[in-house]
Amino acid sequence: MALRSSTRWRFRQPSVIPGFGLALGVTLTWLTLIVLIPLSGLIWRSSGLGWSNFMALVLDERTVNALTISFGTAFIAAVVNLFFGVVLAWVLVRYRFPGKRVIDAMVDLPFALPTAVAGIALTALYAPNGWIGSLLEPLGIKIAFTPAGIVVALVFVGLPFVVRTVQPVMEEIDKEVEEAAATLGASRFQTISRVLLPGLLPAGLTGFALAFARGVGEYGSVIFIAGNLPYVSEIAPLLIIIRLEEFNYPAATAIATVMLFLSFIMLLVINSIQAWSRRRYSNGA
Amino acid sequence: MALDTSPAPSASSKLVKAATSETRIARLTLIMVALGFVALFLLLPLATVFIEAFRKGPAEFATALRDPETFSAIRLTLIVAAISVPLNLVFGVAAAWAIAKFEFKGKAFLTTLIDLPFSVSPVISGLVFVLIFGANSALGPFLQKYGIHILFAVPGLVLATVFVTFPFVARELIPLMQEQGTSDEEAALSLGATGWQTFWHVTLPNIKWGLLYGVLLCNARAMGEFGAVSVVSGHIRGQTNTMPLQVEILYNEYNFVAAFAVAAVLALLALVTLVLKTALELRYSDEIAASRRH
Amino acid sequence: MEVRVQNIRKEFGRFPALDDVSLDIRSGELIALLGPSGSGKTTLLRLIAGLESPTDGTIFFGAEDASRKSVQQRNIGFVFQHYALFRHMTVLDNVSFGLKVRPSSRRPPAAEIRRRALDLLELVQLSGLEKRYPAQLSGGQRQRVALARAMAVEPNVLLLDEPFGALDAQVRKELRKWLREIHDRTGHTTVFVTHDQEEALELADRVVVMSKGAIEQVGTPDEIYDHPVSPFVYGFIGQSNCIDVTLSSGEIWFEDRPIGLRAASEPDGAATLYFRPHDIELIDGCGGCLAGLVTASRRVAGTRHLELDLGKAHPPVEIELPPERASSTDHTRIAFRPTKWKLFRKEGDVAVAPRQVEAPATELVRTGT
Repeated sequence: MALRSSTRWRFRQPSVIPGFGLALGVTLTWLTLIVLIPLSGLIWRSSGLGWSNFMALVLDERTVNALTISFGTAFIAAVVNLFFGVVLAWVLVRYRFPGKRVIDAMVDLPFALPTAVAGIALTALYAPNGWIGSLLEPLGIKIAFTPAGIVVALVFVGLPFVVRTVQPVMEEIDKEVEEAAATLGASRFQTISRVLLPGLLPAGLTGFALAFARGVGEYGSVIFIAGNLPYVSEIAPLLIIIRLEEFNYPAATAIATVMLFLSFIMLLVINSIQAWSRRRYSNGA
Repeated sequence: MALDTSPAPSASSKLVKAATSETRIARLTLIMVALGFVALFLLLPLATVFIEAFRKGPAEFATALRDPETFSAIRLTLIVAAISVPLNLVFGVAAAWAIAKFEFKGKAFLTTLIDLPFSVSPVISGLVFVLIFGANSALGPFLQKYGIHILFAVPGLVLATVFVTFPFVARELIPLMQEQGTSDEEAALSLGATGWQTFWHVTLPNIKWGLLYGVLLCNARAMGEFGAVSVVSGHIRGQTNTMPLQVEILYNEYNFVAAFAVAAVLALLALVTLVLKTALELRYSDEIAASRRH
Repeated sequence: MEVRVQNIRKEFGRFPALDDVSLDIRSGELIALLGPSGSGKTTLLRLIAGLESPTDGTIFFGAEDASRKSVQQRNIGFVFQHYALFRHMTVLDNVSFGLKVRPSSRRPPAAEIRRRALDLLELVQLSGLEKRYPAQLSGGQRQRVALARAMAVEPNVLLLDEPFGALDAQVRKELRKWLREIHDRTGHTTVFVTHDQEEALELADRVVVMSKGAIEQVGTPDEIYDHPVSPFVYGFIGQSNCIDVTLSSGEIWFEDRPIGLRAASEPDGAATLYFRPHDIELIDGCGGCLAGLVTASRRVAGTRHLELDLGKAHPPVEIELPPERASSTDHTRIAFRPTKWKLFRKEGDVAVAPRQVEAPATELVRTGT
């Protein structure tokens, strides 16, 4: 008997702490009402479209262009953020300079600043008559109202993701590891490029994926600076809104479903990166 | 500018190059690159908001804020945040209690589901509610018949805001409470405290700063959310416009000073959030979850 | 390679971590730096490695002044306390790292690097694990990888910082023996830091005892144990008792009576008497001896340890006896006399009269009786 009860499948481990039922009940109810039902509503509505209809809506030229622009600009912005984010994290972790603490706090500005505010501020800066735009205009470079403007906005919103994922890992680099590389004859450059940066790879990739995922879905900061020219600088979230305003619910639903599907894949990728790095590097060396 | 760019543990070395630091030139270059990037992408946009808001002087700025429509946008933003944040606070504590203090099947999956709203585009977050409560939805005729307004009204705004701010409190508390373990609660229970007493007198004091941290971030997002509320609001002036939406309307009407005036208020809110957040991190770093990602 | 440390001084801020330290390390020698934490032993090791630069003084590798070379140029092998393996690299990549980062003019061909790394892994008995990552190894295995990695660059000198500090007792014992074997086979000049005297005495050809940034004594394990030159070494190595005594015309007095020991050439005054718990003989009846009440008794393996109270003003003294002797004595009061002992003058006097007496105990006992 005792044996049977101990090997029985158990939903939860016994514990003296009370409140499991209440806490889990509240959690599941709220999660179901706010997140699961609305999201499955979207899936349900799009499945009502039928496969051929759905594919026709998704493969519509304007939709494909919008998705390409969203993913393309988000990718470029994430690459930019990966590079500068790692440099910024390095500088914040390793060096002392005046105003360091302020800069460190400012890195979170894109999290705290409403996206619409960021959008109009970046537009004012990069428009042809803005501070930066007017400097670039004589060189023939246009940023606002082109895809380049989208990249600028997405660099802004994505920056904290890379810095904040890489920074804690960088802080934990064991100084002994760097010294070990030096005692083995590695130059400082070799130590950084062959020992330190590869160790930061999982964190960097995670930050990159987070920034990329955020960029794909971003709306508020982009629409002001993008120019929103169909086929050129129109992002997918904007196209959803346009279709909604046209009461073209099937099209809006189809685009949203594709984006949702792709963000699930991103989530999966992020989780696998973390699981992979945990498996290989865990319990330190 | 006299830059002290020495590496954090200062090494005094005149004979031999220190083993674990870069040359001064490399350090300076990296610092300059990083600072230049921050200035270009973070500081300059922030400064622009305030400069544009005061372009025509403080009087214009004040007038812009006194506009009744702007005023009602501020009011609506506060109302929406005042409803959404407490809802997610209760949810966040309940979720963290269940996930951090117990071992059960499907825990990892539940955690992933809670994080889900972060990976959904804000526009989709709004869209899902339009699809449920909109005129052509299954619920639509029913709602219309009884005169229940969800879309283009406060309930819709709240729902969309709750959706996008859903994970903030929970994901701040879960790692913190996991780290703290269950021994404090077990001690309190063994001394005869009831479940609620244990929660109020033992758990809550332990997590209060982490909770505040999560609420702070949740609130910033709730007040600043644009995409999701834009979809469900219907942009009825003076009625369903929150501050970020008011910024958009004013901007699209080329009323730049007014747009930036409202934006400046939001930017100020963001700065206050950052200051409080940094203060919490400096002062109570051990009582806030180790993860600084959001 | 021979390593000479000359008048090294190292300050961290204002705090002197090492003060005028000189040490000659012979080629092929296995030498231990032993001391409590804060004694400067790790600092000395890091100075030799070039991980720190001295405030003053010089370090020679052979005839060459190494103190002007960077750590990369010194060609040393350093094994860190927590191994410091590169966790994103396999065991093989870790071991070959030092050869791979050489400039192409001095870098062996890839096949040669691989062969050497595999040979070293065989030497440290890790053949077959070359594709593992450090996280997949046990602590002892990681330590072996760290050692193989350090030896791969064919270092001038092998430096080990508390190499067994993070391992549990059993593994530590095994690795100790194994390190000695490796050293005897490869003949690298090796310096290791430890705070574990047993480890130092068992493993090293010579032991350097350090305290408060200075070297107290350098010698073979026998010399260090049998002939400690300072109260610190006496107290730090092995068990010892110290009691306050006075000297009066060549006789050693404890409180108000002579204890039967003579230090003929010593001037009168206060001193401290050091002796080890097992270097005593029991005396029947007391005409010149130390005597105390037994306050505690413990059986430790083959001996019995007795704790004696010599009087209120003195710390308790511990002696060791064969169990049969211990049980044959009167259990409450024991009279004894040290057979091997050493006198040190009081702290303040040391500078003035740094004379230390050591006499063949047997003779003195005879004089005393």
